[in-house]
Amino acid sequence: MSGTETTETTNLTLVQAVRDALHDEMARDDRVVVLGEDVGVNDGVFRATEGLYDEYGAERVIDTPLAESAIAGTAVGMAAFGLRPVAEIQFMGFIYLAFDQIVSHAARLRTRSQSSFNVPLVVRAPYGGGVHAPEHHSESTEAMFAHMPGLKVVIPSTPYDTKGLLTASIRDPDPVIFLEPKSRYRASREAVPTDSYTVPLGEAAVRREGTDVTVFAWGGMVAPTLEAAENLAEEGIDCEVVDLRTISPMDVDTIVSSFEKTGRAAVVHEAPYTAGMAAEITATIQEESLLLQEAPIERITGWDTHYPLYASEDFYRPGVTRIEHGIRNAAGF
Amino acid sequence: MRGDSAPELRQILDEDGQLRDDAVVPDLTDDELLELFRMLKLARHYDERAIKLQRQGRMGTYSPIAGQEAGHAASAFALSGDDWILPSHRADIASRIRGLGLEFHLMYCMGMERGNRIPEDTPVFPVTLPIATQIPHAVGMAWASKYMGSDRVFMPYFGDGGTSEGDFHEGLNFAGVFDTPTVFFINNNQWAISIGPDQQTKSRTLAQKADAYGFEGVRVDGMDPLAVYQVTHEAIEKARDPPEGELRPTLIEALTYRFGPHTTSDDPSVYREDEELERWEQRDPIPRMETFLRDTGRLDAELLETIEQQVADEVNEAIDIAESVDRPEPTNMFDHTFAEPTPRLQAQREELQMLREEYGDDAFTH
Ligand SMILES: Cc1ncc(C[n+]2csc(CCOP(=O)(O)OP(=O)(O)O)c2C)c(N)n1
Repeated sequence: MSGTETTETTNLTLVQAVRDALHDEMARDDRVVVLGEDVGVNDGVFRATEGLYDEYGAERVIDTPLAESAIAGTAVGMAAFGLRPVAEIQFMGFIYLAFDQIVSHAARLRTRSQSSFNVPLVVRAPYGGGVHAPEHHSESTEAMFAHMPGLKVVIPSTPYDTKGLLTASIRDPDPVIFLEPKSRYRASREAVPTDSYTVPLGEAAVRREGTDVTVFAWGGMVAPTLEAAENLAEEGIDCEVVDLRTISPMDVDTIVSSFEKTGRAAVVHEAPYTAGMAAEITATIQEESLLLQEAPIERITGWDTHYPLYASEDFYRPGVTRIEHGIRNAAGF
Repeated sequence: MRGDSAPELRQILDEDGQLRDDAVVPDLTDDELLELFRMLKLARHYDERAIKLQRQGRMGTYSPIAGQEAGHAASAFALSGDDWILPSHRADIASRIRGLGLEFHLMYCMGMERGNRIPEDTPVFPVTLPIATQIPHAVGMAWASKYMGSDRVFMPYFGDGGTSEGDFHEGLNFAGVFDTPTVFFINNNQWAISIGPDQQTKSRTLAQKADAYGFEGVRVDGMDPLAVYQVTHEAIEKARDPPEGELRPTLIEALTYRFGPHTTSDDPSVYREDEELERWEQRDPIPRMETFLRDTGRLDAELLETIEQQVADEVNEAIDIAESVDRPEPTNMFDHTFAEPTPRLQAQREELQMLREEYGDDAFTH
């Protein structure tokens, strides 16, 4: 953590930490504008922009028509022309309507213009399941964005990190996809500094130290992974839990050094198995430390199916039991 | 000048349910008029029950339609044979009129895929949640149907917010260029969650947007069931058999109002005034239609009671069916990804089965 002198804190939920970061950055830099569907008068459908409209007005907290491609596309133009837009896509399942603008333009304007233009844009979206949401509201398609050069992909799991990572994302000169685990929006509170601070992008956090197996997770999967790790400790399996926090760029150093300590690994994500981020982490470990590997790396993920309607979602999304099972496989090999 | 091409608002019944001076009652039999009324009552009653089910935790998020019954019901009532509808998240009564039992929508809202397994010969497309994305599908279906030599008509439903999406404009443009038998039905309920009319578009009306695509736009009082029926009927006739020199598609803007919240997780008091609601409640389609039917001797207290009983029975039965069907088998999710499961899907299915046997289903839900 950097940039704060005081230790004054408030207890915030993850969604309040989003709001706090937006508020502070808007106060600090009048180039920061927020735009999206229902972000203004309604304070955002999850209340992530609460109070911003009252404080900063309609010119900086912009309720847009219902048009994701235009939200992302105009935000690219704003960013290229000197503003620091933070665009909200109401649910990640509706980000595909903005996909072309994000991948064809936000991600590559710097390259195309040889850095004569850049796109300091943040696209925020709630992602992931676990809250009995309707169809198209629960997917985790972060790998699609991680696959695109020129985009950073940030996924916080705690209120503290949320404020620090979002602040860093807004100040970043490049486009950032900032995915908020909605199952964690109100799941817990944490002491968050009232002053601004940043958590650097591209750095993972070791959430639990351990010696037997390293378990990698992010966003909505960190809490059940930590719970599984505690349960397994009673069985004598000592897990190290690494929260990636940014999946692109990935913190290869922390991933490799943790793995070299344990020699065994599992990766947990809600996204489908095939071509998910677990494949990337596994390949990286094998390139860097093949000879230290003592067991196949377990991928504990969603299935290669569409995220089902909510009556079946518990059987799709990895929960504590499945995570424990996978870790036992890695530990017992 | 902006707005010059705005079509006038079509009406047959005034706000008190009286025939307007110049109005002609649509060519419907007494039984058909009563059936239309019964569908309006069914929609209202279903809405009340569905909201309660959600509040009681028996169902997930629901999008109310009180206020919009005429827009959905009277338009679907004008379709015939195997004309198709493509509903959005709010068009359950239209699907019911096209032959899909209300239990399907309930099952879908209860988180069960079965609700989207549309029975054969029911010309209803599965509910589409991403806004406006079903509009190009409707054009494509109409295009295919025309190619196959059929005279079916295809009607996608969407809201005022949907008219801002690229898919709306691209779909309407294709419909014009390829002259597809498509009737685009906007339920303009004034609010797309918290965004009011003036923030959604600077066109004076939504109907006039059709001008840009070369076909007709019609604006109708969406709380006047007879007028909605009539304009939809005319649009369908035109889609089947256009007059010389005119295109098949029509854009219908039904001017209406959503009385309740956007969905059961929304609180409209944050963004709109009570008095606006009160004003629109004066135009409630159900008392208007009831007055018309009573005044013309088609309805009396006894028949009204029968209708209310029928409606309550139908909704009760749909809820009973939806709540008593088997919960989905979790492995069902592997069965419909492809026609033939891939080896990897097959292996994942077996892995899930193995985990269920080893730990029991309760282990997944805690
Ligand atoms: C592409 C897309 N973006 C956002 C949403 C979230 N959302 C659901 S309904 C809605 C408002 C829809 O308004 P409108 O099109 O007027 O239809 P109404 O719900 O009023 O019938 C929004 C923004 C969505 N479902 N799809």
